[in-house]
Amino acid sequence: MSLPQFEVVQPATLGEALRILSEVKDAAPIAGGTNLIVDMRAGTHRPRMVVDVAALRDLHGIEVTDTEVIIGAATTIAEMLASPILAKHATVLVKACSSFANALIRNRATVGGNLVTAAPCSDTAPALLTLDAEVKLASVRGMRRVPLEKFLVNAFSTIRRSDELLVSVRFRIPSATATGAFRKMGLRKVSCMAKVDVAVMLDGDATGRCTSARIAIAAASPAAVRARAAEAALVGKMLIPEVIAAAAALTAKAAAPRAGSEYKLRVVEGLARRLLAEAARALEQGGSNA
Amino acid sequence: MPKKKTVLRVNGRQHELALDPNVSLLQALRDLGYTDVKNGCEIGECGACAVLLNGTAVNSCMVLAWQANGAEIVTNAGLGTLGKPHPIQEAFADAGAVQCGYCTPGMVISTKALLDRNPNPSEAEIREALSGNLCRCTGYGQIIEAVQLAASRLQAERLAVAAMPTASLTRECGDGCSHSPDRQLDPKLDRGRR
Repeated sequence: MSLPQFEVVQPATLGEALRILSEVKDAAPIAGGTNLIVDMRAGTHRPRMVVDVAALRDLHGIEVTDTEVIIGAATTIAEMLASPILAKHATVLVKACSSFANALIRNRATVGGNLVTAAPCSDTAPALLTLDAEVKLASVRGMRRVPLEKFLVNAFSTIRRSDELLVSVRFRIPSATATGAFRKMGLRKVSCMAKVDVAVMLDGDATGRCTSARIAIAAASPAAVRARAAEAALVGKMLIPEVIAAAAALTAKAAAPRAGSEYKLRVVEGLARRLLAEAARALEQGGSNA
Repeated sequence: MPKKKTVLRVNGRQHELALDPNVSLLQALRDLGYTDVKNGCEIGECGACAVLLNGTAVNSCMVLAWQANGAEIVTNAGLGTLGKPHPIQEAFADAGAVQCGYCTPGMVISTKALLDRNPNPSEAEIREALSGNLCRCTGYGQIIEAVQLAASRLQAERLAVAAMPTASLTRECGDGCSHSPDRQLDPKLDRGRR
């Protein structure tokens, strides 16, 4: 089955790519193409022009500064899985990447594509939400940095304007004691879309008191979301089972599954309880990072 | 739409093409006669169309042909021929890992990508590496065994090669791995053998 016709341009620089995006109304950036090609084949997305951004240097690489980790938007899921920087600073994201689609797709799909597509079942989004990540959007009008939480608006909807390109995603290096956990529930062990994703990130002091908590869920609401009330219920408390159970119940309150998928509320609560307990145990043992 | 000039380097052969931008690598390869690259789902679910793109296993249905411009592409038929099969292909036959055979070229490609970076994978690592390749016949058991068999044979070959005096290694294998130093790709054989 053929794809619909489109024109292709291969800008040599980010500036050139942004100029094209500002001038051509229905131009679609392509990097890995694992979403775009499927959508074009299905006829649900018919761009007049496809702008190849895969080779743009500004969109590549995983770097770490004194304070931040910065991931280029065209970094593939496989590259993130193999990154020593992420293995050291963001295991919650590595875990999300390891459950992403399958080995062949991970070699093409990119983190930028996953975030811009904003499927409710995005695996990178909940992990990046627990890292309090920010995305950088570029256009001919300039750059802006937006918290990922604000970037994701609804199912398949973000605040990205059509002339903007997602350049990178960044997050502050988590404290050395912070501990993350991620779990995906799908119909199979691999090669499936999430029915529910839960990601958590906890930090605590020497007495075992929780000093910071972030919880995010995906596939159980139109967009991946933080469970703010659940987080608030953890901070300042000892991470005992009763506190964790209460936070897990509040996490389910942040979910808004579609009619007929109410079972997801129970899945979210159960996964949240397990992951929070897992992270709390790891914290007690001195914490791994993130 | 203006055609896109694309150079595809497939199994050591170069093809200079002018293609519509919407032609997938899968379609381009099959039109060139590389019909060992199978068209299964065309939505990146089944892995039957897997090829190596600069050494990385990808679904060729999820790559537009122009995106592969200049890249080194290896298909199942580029690894070995009927007369001189690759140890991975041999292992698939010996382990009974082939039933209808439709998924096999993709399975072989994912196996090659795995063993190139991890010569001695665990069963979990094998299952992970083949997670993008669906088989509707065999139930995967024999396929896992085939990969294990290929891994042990390739390792034995590497040990044997390492023990050989260097003067006897006069030719290099076409796909860059350490087995069968005498395997050169025959341009007549790398397409149309099927």
